[in-house]
Amino acid sequence: MSIEPTTLPVRSGEDVVRVRQAVRTLAMDLGFSLVDQTKVITAASELARNTLTYGGGGEVRIERLNDGPKRAGVRLTFEDRGPGISNIDLALTDGFTTGNGLGLGLNGARKLSHEFDIWSQPGVGTRVTITRWK
Amino acid sequence: MDRVPILRLGDCLLVTVQVDMHDELAMTLQDDLTNKIVATKARGVLIDISALEMVDSFIGRMLGNIAAMSRILDAQTVVVGMQPAVAITLVELGLSLPGIRTALNVDAGLALLRKVLDRSGEGSYVD
Repeated sequence: MSIEPTTLPVRSGEDVVRVRQAVRTLAMDLGFSLVDQTKVITAASELARNTLTYGGGGEVRIERLNDGPKRAGVRLTFEDRGPGISNIDLALTDGFTTGNGLGLGLNGARKLSHEFDIWSQPGVGTRVTITRWK
Repeated sequence: MDRVPILRLGDCLLVTVQVDMHDELAMTLQDDLTNKIVATKARGVLIDISALEMVDSFIGRMLGNIAAMSRILDAQTVVVGMQPAVAITLVELGLSLPGIRTALNVDAGLALLRKVLDRSGEGSYVD
């Protein structure tokens, strides 16, 4: 990935794979350890699936952060114009799901990230931003 | 459409996941494997995930489903080859894969399956 930030669509299962690959390429390029790469890829996968399954599709913005020589990071912003989340606290509870998953995705992505921000409005959409530093 | 190949090895089935699976492919594998267990009367299923660079909650759920469905069809499942970084991430994610037998590699997985199958052949309740 030479030009950043990049915005990728999240509209199919194949798109979710492409998001994982793009995040992996960036994390490798930034010199993330294998464990850190795996964590940010896994978080990206959870959020991309949420965007697809619950948000009805959307997009992700992938950013390279360079905050000083020792502080490189990956920031991902997933955005959809789906039904939104009426109770964010509940949606962040492990085991809670309105779909047929395990209900670990949203909170799992939060646990795997250093920074986590969620904005959602019923009927408007959802935006989730995560950052993982090197 | 893409499919993950399922190989027959005596009374066991061997699945080596080589690609970054999208969700539909994972669902197809789940269906294919269930059908193949019945068609071949397999007693064991070995799933090699050493090529997988991540296991998220969806893949984790698929592995759990395969193990549960196999058990109902009188077959035992062992998942082998998980990369250390994947294991670390899974636990941090909150997923510990309950009900899934694991082994470090294919050899150890086959040995474990053999042991489990020999035991269940004695007619006592196992698991």
